[in-house]
Amino acid sequence: MRLTLEVWRQADAATPGRFERYEVDGVTAEVSMLELLDILNAQLVAEGREPVAFDHDCREGICGTCGIMVNGQPHGPEDHTPACLQRVRAFSDGDVVTLEPWRAGAFPVLRDLVVDRSALDRIIASGGYISTATNAAPEALSLPVNKHQSEAAMDHAACIGCGACVAACPNGAAQLFAGAKVAHLAELPQGQVERYERVRSMVATMESEFGSCTNYGECVPACPAAIGLDVIAHLNRDFRTAVVSERRGEVPERTDVRWLARLRGEAWWQSDPDDRPGDTPKRS
Amino acid sequence: MAATAPERSKRSPFIVELYRSALGKKYVMAITGIVGLGYVLAHMIGNLKLYQSAEDFNLYAETLRELLYPIAPEGLVLNLLRGVLILALVGHVVAAAQLTAMNRRARPESYRSKRDYVAADFAARTMRWTGVIVLLFLFYHLADLTWAVTPLHEAGDTVYDRVLNSFNNPASAGFYILANLALGFHLYHGVWSLFQSMGWNNRRFNHWRRTLAVAFTVVVIGGNLSFVIAVLTGVIS
Ligand code: HEM
Ligand code: SF4
Ligand code: FES
Repeated sequence: MRLTLEVWRQADAATPGRFERYEVDGVTAEVSMLELLDILNAQLVAEGREPVAFDHDCREGICGTCGIMVNGQPHGPEDHTPACLQRVRAFSDGDVVTLEPWRAGAFPVLRDLVVDRSALDRIIASGGYISTATNAAPEALSLPVNKHQSEAAMDHAACIGCGACVAACPNGAAQLFAGAKVAHLAELPQGQVERYERVRSMVATMESEFGSCTNYGECVPACPAAIGLDVIAHLNRDFRTAVVSERRGEVPERTDVRWLARLRGEAWWQSDPDDRPGDTPKRS
Repeated sequence: MAATAPERSKRSPFIVELYRSALGKKYVMAITGIVGLGYVLAHMIGNLKLYQSAEDFNLYAETLRELLYPIAPEGLVLNLLRGVLILALVGHVVAAAQLTAMNRRARPESYRSKRDYVAADFAARTMRWTGVIVLLFLFYHLADLTWAVTPLHEAGDTVYDRVLNSFNNPASAGFYILANLALGFHLYHGVWSLFQSMGWNNRRFNHWRRTLAVAFTVVVIGGNLSFVIAVLTGVIS
């Protein structure tokens, strides 16, 4: 089949971009979205022109590197499928297909269809480590995990970090991504130690670069891992627990209510030296 | 990037810390939204007295003023309720404005090609506009029926008379209809959305959220619109 491609061309982050129109002929139905670009690029190179830059790696839906807006839909017309696994069979002969980079304040365009998604890595990094025994492999079954929770954790861990959720969101929000990351650790015993510190820190990083969730739900069909909106409710709940319960002392670290403790005259028995404002009774 | 210990942020009082975050602002939107939902439902039910008689309706309006009187001074309870509603409205609108500004910053450049939305419905995408219409309408509604400062009314009109004056005027009735449709869209998304914002997620009731949103919207907006239509068609006169 013959397709007309409207492709976003932009030399680098500082140069304004524009759409360019190309004709591609002899495309067969099983060609993937990325192979369509390969065909176009072969054509462009043969003509001595600059090929279109786009991100890709595994081409089998596991790495999360690919990502383009196809006719106004993240990754393409099929739900829950990364661009590398989408076939052009959704189009018919003579169609115009528009390819655009993902747009979000946190995803600056680097070149053509390539955007910088390291803002997602910064969310992950701010989540920090989990405290767990390393060294020797632990005794099997030494840490029982509820079946439903392990399934849920696995489902949430399926996120490949492609950023389609951000690209889909009219607010440029990363709640689905951050929610998946927070939820998958929060479901597991290993994730409990830093659970509330982690959600706080990840939310702070997320909000410094991304937008806020209005519950459009547009991210869900775009997500190759079929992460659901429940992770966003989970994120909200854990964040609230972190901020509110900490005040009640239900979560280990808390120093903000020292004045309250002092009013009650109870701080001297706290084991954390930070919580003893110098009114510890002295032996005489 | 190496994984490090999560930063210990400086601690402020929890309300401040919660509000500083966008997630916290969404809690404010949702909680003040729930206050608003309670209000619009009670307001619609109270106004059903329009169908009983002018006397009943006027008596209802008067009774609101005397709620819990003589236990509390006349007007106190009504004014306390008004205070709560005003606070909720201010909180709702301020948080909405801040979140909207944040979201504009997060998506400075829009897509050049036409977006093909799959899940984000009309109601969700127009929350800001339906909200603004409802806000403007609220001022008109108060000026019209509470303060009676619009030219439609004459001195000595009862509350019932004012409702008739207002709904018999095509422009005024039109605004009431438009504002209720806007509120309808706002509620259709809002009632569903607040569960997410509040972190209420449970397999047992998740699939009821949409039903609840539709039912709530139909009851409140259906009731409100019926008053306007009843006056326009002479059922209430
Ligand atoms: C009777 C009056 C109103 C009621 C009952 C109401 C109710 C609600 C509810 C229940 C939500 C959902 C909250 C959530 O997602 O957690 C909401 C969201 C929203 N409301 Fe209202 N609202 C009212 C008036 C207004 C006004 C006057 C404005 C603005 C001028 C407004 C702007 C918004 C916006 C922008 C949102 C979406 C916020 C977001 O998701 O980021 N609303 N409203
Ligand atoms: S949540 Fe889904 S859409 Fe978002 S980054 Fe992960 S895999 Fe991609
Ligand atoms: S290229 Fe790896 S997921 Fe598409």
